[in-house]
Amino acid sequence: MQTELKINGDKHVLDLDSRTTLLDVLRHHIGLTGTKKGCDHGQCGACTVIVNGRRINSCLTLACMHDGDEITTIEGLGTPDDLNPLQAAFVAHDGFQCGYCTPGQICSATAMLKEAKAGWPSHVTEDMASTPDLTDAEISERMSGNLCRCSAYPNIVDAIREVARGGKE
Amino acid sequence: MTRHLTMDEADTRRRLDDMVQGTLGTPFDRPDGPLKVTGTAPYAAEWQSADLCHGVLVRAPVTKGRLKAISDEAVKALPGVLAVVSGEKMLRNPAQGMANEAPVQGSEDIVYFGQPVALVVAETFEQARHGAQALKLEIERDEDFAIDPNAVEPEVPEDKQSSTGDLDTAMRDAAHSIDAVYTTPAHSSASMEPHASIAEWDGDSLTLHGSYQMLKFNRNELADSLGIDPKNVRILSPYVGGGFGSKLGIAPEAIAAALAAKELGRPVSVSMTRQQVFETTMRRSETRQRIRLAAGADGKLTGIGHEALVSSLFDEGFTEPVTQATPFLYRGENRVIGNSVARLNRTCAGSVRAPGEAVGVTAFENAMDELAEKVGIDPVELRRINIPDEVPSQNIRFSSHKLAEALDEGAKAFGWDKRNAKPGAVRDGEWQIGMGMSSAFRVNLLIESEARVTLKADGTAEVETDMTDIGTGTYAVLTQIAAEMLGLPPENVTVRLGDTEYPPASGSGGSFGAASSGTSVFLACEEIRERIADAVGCTETDLTLKDGMAIAGNRSTPLTKVLDGQNFEAKGHVKPGEAQKKVRQATYGAYFAEVAVNSVTGETRVRRMTGAFAAGRILNAKTARSQCIGGMVWGIGMALTEDLVHDPRYGQIVNHDLAEYHVAVNADVPQIDVILLDERDDWANPLQAKGLGELGICGAAAAVTNAIYNATGVRVRDYPATLDKVLAGNT
Repeated sequence: MQTELKINGDKHVLDLDSRTTLLDVLRHHIGLTGTKKGCDHGQCGACTVIVNGRRINSCLTLACMHDGDEITTIEGLGTPDDLNPLQAAFVAHDGFQCGYCTPGQICSATAMLKEAKAGWPSHVTEDMASTPDLTDAEISERMSGNLCRCSAYPNIVDAIREVARGGKE
Repeated sequence: MTRHLTMDEADTRRRLDDMVQGTLGTPFDRPDGPLKVTGTAPYAAEWQSADLCHGVLVRAPVTKGRLKAISDEAVKALPGVLAVVSGEKMLRNPAQGMANEAPVQGSEDIVYFGQPVALVVAETFEQARHGAQALKLEIERDEDFAIDPNAVEPEVPEDKQSSTGDLDTAMRDAAHSIDAVYTTPAHSSASMEPHASIAEWDGDSLTLHGSYQMLKFNRNELADSLGIDPKNVRILSPYVGGGFGSKLGIAPEAIAAALAAKELGRPVSVSMTRQQVFETTMRRSETRQRIRLAAGADGKLTGIGHEALVSSLFDEGFTEPVTQATPFLYRGENRVIGNSVARLNRTCAGSVRAPGEAVGVTAFENAMDELAEKVGIDPVELRRINIPDEVPSQNIRFSSHKLAEALDEGAKAFGWDKRNAKPGAVRDGEWQIGMGMSSAFRVNLLIESEARVTLKADGTAEVETDMTDIGTGTYAVLTQIAAEMLGLPPENVTVRLGDTEYPPASGSGGSFGAASSGTSVFLACEEIRERIADAVGCTETDLTLKDGMAIAGNRSTPLTKVLDGQNFEAKGHVKPGEAQKKVRQATYGAYFAEVAVNSVTGETRVRRMTGAFAAGRILNAKTARSQCIGGMVWGIGMALTEDLVHDPRYGQIVNHDLAEYHVAVNADVPQIDVILLDERDDWANPLQAKGLGELGICGAAAAVTNAIYNATGVRVRDYPATLDKVLAGNT
């Protein structure tokens, strides 16, 4: 199936097997291996990318369903020589160990910060009508779709909190 | 030149304390960090090749049987399918850690549910997956299988039983005693990166991009499995997406990829599905532990019994060493310690983070909590008064022992003095609040390791070793050791890992990686320091290296000038020796946890947790802390949710994915305080550093379950402490 994807600003026109997931297109067809496959079942969050501004598990969606969509992957957020603030904060706070879940954590956190700013409540938000404060409990709750078996969770919260509050603590 | 060291005696020189660069021990950021946070660090399945094809493993859907035939004509006719691989070289299960030879091979005999028996290879992953799903296996089922560890006669290996004094009499005469049975379920490593390999042949030479922890062993295991010379095998694992023991030995996907690549003359990529990772890589055995404690009126132990039943697959040498640390934990001259093993048709049992202590110390620390209550003594005090002066009944000294300090520092930081000793006494609305603690113990090891260090003419240095960094911080700590020894800013040191072309290292496992490979780097640097000292005309001990300058007496010379266009290259080689027998080397710590248990639902939330640890010299304050946090979070998972469930009818793993096997998620984990005690262990190695990767889990779960008891009065002796078990006792 012919599918056009806009990935990190670049247009890709691909002739794809209709069974191919968005994740496998990124990893096998475009060479963007920053997006990780941890479970292929939407259970771990390692494959999180941002599609039209929202975070999704790219393993749970077929590429051909995204004709014309704008997709941002970890490679679109920064480079080793030019880290974005979240990436830099993950390094400074050791918000990872093996690094395999990390691209998904960072893509997820990027979209999550926008969700919170837009006033979206979470399971732990007490006042559904107000814009929630990003407390540690809010960050943890909103990031619980991204597993980290190395268990860097406290450091991930530290990194995201720092960026949410606009800089170094 | 190679500098050799066999660790026979304590190294009291403490050379690292003489160095002045000031980078070792600091919270230096991981040099591999920028690659990892940008998705540019290449993991095993991510190596790009123009004619790469994909393989998907096919599993046996029976507990036991014989694979009589594979009807592959229809699958081979499917679009894109290139080959169906099976046969006597396929691995039945992964190699155990440090096996150094092929594990049991052959796809004909099926001995556990999910055993990989074939590989379907196709041009694309989608085609291979379809082919794997369509492949017809002709299997003769064998219903005579064993899956219940309590229903078979266990093996009682003589070398795993010991007895000193008379425990029965000690129990009878004890003022206070405990005799209880604790059970822990099977666990899965569940590292985030599924096991994956890309195999590529060039004539008779195989290159494998794999996700492995111990490359020098993996190379021999791979070669032996394929029947080729290890010299013709190169393994590359520069980045490993977590291991926790599950990637110690070569696994089925590597052999299948190599066989297929040979047959097709093309590189083949094989990644296990998450379900295959659960079914066909190592699980931690479930355990049944009877623990007996005999104590005087003052709480001092007079006897200890620790008898464990674990399980494993047939023909496997490894059995979960539940009682590994028991001989040296506490006082008590009368002892019975033993391990039995039931042979079962279940997924192979092997090493999962801290084999032995993770479950053994946990149950023991629950028993200690029960004893503290019976004696009427504070649980911290009970531990403190039972710290032995030497290893009981072995007359072996401790190389260093900081349990008392860990208990004190941890208790102080946590605010243990505010604990109400009476169970069920503290409430916060519908939540019952409790505090619990436990001790941490883990044996310390040194494993043979080599590294090459090159101080280059431009004043930068390179470190090369086939050591791996599985998230443990190897890139960071080896950078720091070389920078400290050679007096270089750490950004002028490059560490290259994960390639069997480099000198063979210990590998990552058993918490010995940083200290073992770090010692080899230290030795190579000592050799280079000698050469620099020679060049500037002083002794090595009189030489000061800092910021690229060689300082001897009142003369200061740039290293680039000393090198004068040359590279100084040296290898370091360390081997374990008598030091591991002369003294008991171990690491120690203490955990403190506060939980809230919902009186309506039985849900437990860990509100805060503190760990204080002593593991010799800390090489990097940041990565060390992260390792401890990781271990403690595994403790939370073990305490509350992790339970690898085997179907009681057929023995297959029921919850073989990350939706049903519950590892801790972000919302399960509070902020965690870690205290790293200052310590030097001269017997461990010339770095005076010990292992830290596993200490964080060696008893952590007990702090949580002991806190549940303090909150509710409910003793859960059958892990994990799920809502149903807590509610059932909470009336």
